[in-house]
Amino acid sequence: MIWDVHTHLAGSGEKTPEESIARLIVAADRMGIDRLVVFMGDPWSYDPSPADLTRQNDQVLKALDHWHHRAFGFVYVSVNHVEASLREIDRCVRDGPMVGLKLWVAGRCDSPEADALVLHAQGLKALVFQHTWIKAQGNLPGESTPMDLATLASRHPEASLVCGHVGGQWELGVRAVRSASNVAVDLGGVDATAGIVEAAVRELGAERVLYGSDAPGRSFATQLAKVHGADISEADRRLVLGENLRRLLRPILQAKGIEA
Amino acid sequence: MIDVNVSLSRYPFRRLPCDEPEALVARLRGLGVTEAWAGSFDALLHRDLAAVNARTAETCRRHGDGLLRPFGAVDPTLPDWREELRRCQEVHAMPGVRLHPGYHGYGLDVPAFAELLDEAGGRGLVVQIAVRMEDERTLHPLLKALPRTDPAPLIPLLARPSQPRVVLLNALRTVSGEPLRRLLAAGEVWVDVGMLEGLEGIKRLVAQVGIDRLLLGSHAPFYVPEAAHLQLKESALSAAQAEALTRGNARRILPAP
Ligand SMILES: [Zn+2]
Repeated sequence: MIWDVHTHLAGSGEKTPEESIARLIVAADRMGIDRLVVFMGDPWSYDPSPADLTRQNDQVLKALDHWHHRAFGFVYVSVNHVEASLREIDRCVRDGPMVGLKLWVAGRCDSPEADALVLHAQGLKALVFQHTWIKAQGNLPGESTPMDLATLASRHPEASLVCGHVGGQWELGVRAVRSASNVAVDLGGVDATAGIVEAAVRELGAERVLYGSDAPGRSFATQLAKVHGADISEADRRLVLGENLRRLLRPILQAKGIEA
Repeated sequence: MIDVNVSLSRYPFRRLPCDEPEALVARLRGLGVTEAWAGSFDALLHRDLAAVNARTAETCRRHGDGLLRPFGAVDPTLPDWREELRRCQEVHAMPGVRLHPGYHGYGLDVPAFAELLDEAGGRGLVVQIAVRMEDERTLHPLLKALPRTDPAPLIPLLARPSQPRVVLLNALRTVSGEPLRRLLAAGEVWVDVGMLEGLEGIKRLVAQVGIDRLLLGSHAPFYVPEAAHLQLKESALSAAQAEALTRGNARRILPAP
């Protein structure tokens, strides 16, 4: 069972959300991937306005329409527009089919504005996915690091959070979130550097490590290869490939009556 | 299959799961690789490239029963590089060399690089150019300003009478689309899929530039070698395309040893 915690609609070369997700599913089938988490629309922007958040979330809702049995949606929100984001969470998660939140690079996640979003997500049992990087040449102004996410996690020990990209520089990323037990790491969107999965499993425990791809910008194949090629036990590999994500989503899926 | 992009010895910033030659050979064999063109991570930062090349040759002789084919390191900005090139061919029987312009601090527009291409072309040596070794965003802080290698200056050089044969490694995140098409049309030049990314990446690449100039390169052991191999599956290549990419094209560059 393989569940992918990190895919997008933009970048597939297709025109509509329906065509983009269909393209993803065809390739996912070839690679044995059962379920995809999809977030954000096309085109995307670093600091989306409230209207742009709604537009992008509408695209994900369209994409999910015919693919509820294969894909889950996370609602795209921003710490720069808290009220609008709370409304989007209500529309897409509380009253809609989505099961998580996605925060990207509009503003840092250790800011007080993130608290209201995480609390609301927690009340709905939604998973919170935060993009993180530690870039050698410096982050974007609003781009969070794994250290920022660890700070947020310490304020919300009951929330369930995902550290996107393991922070890019994964040797640093796993250290940054090591003591934050409510943070899992997404392996996606980082090159297929040998040793990444072994290091994450060693430092965090296999239960906190999630396969993700960041397709279509990334290849399912290169990102899956990290897990398939890792020197870990078969039981741990099953956890990383899908069982962990199913466990993290189970509370909200059960609350919504979704079988998975 | 022929993997044109593997490296021996130690990556300077991390131990890798397969950085012992026996482990690397076993892993590649398990994936169906029968020949791998091997450079050395030592070439990035060591100054004594003669010693690096002697070790590369020795490692390829002692491990893998002929699976590893040694590629020497030459830096055309260092004194007496022609002697290094001569030893690669005449002493170590290497079929080619691998350059690291970024780590050695020169661009492909410097005269010394053109001289090296001529010398290698005249000797019939294949010239591999490692366009990069890792995502620049993850570079060690002391290397964060590592110069990028622009392949464009190669275009006029490929037409030189020495007829150099060039294999660009890890180039596909640096050059793509129309500039890549122009480059591949300029002479005897190939690219490996080492740093290719994106959904159905190889399929999309073949649609842009055709299959004839593409090579299987895993960039192992820095990358897990399964990454390149699984990309073939994701892109659902035809049997003929897969054969060209994984063997036939490389065999046209270098005959069997
Ligand atoms: Zn992403």
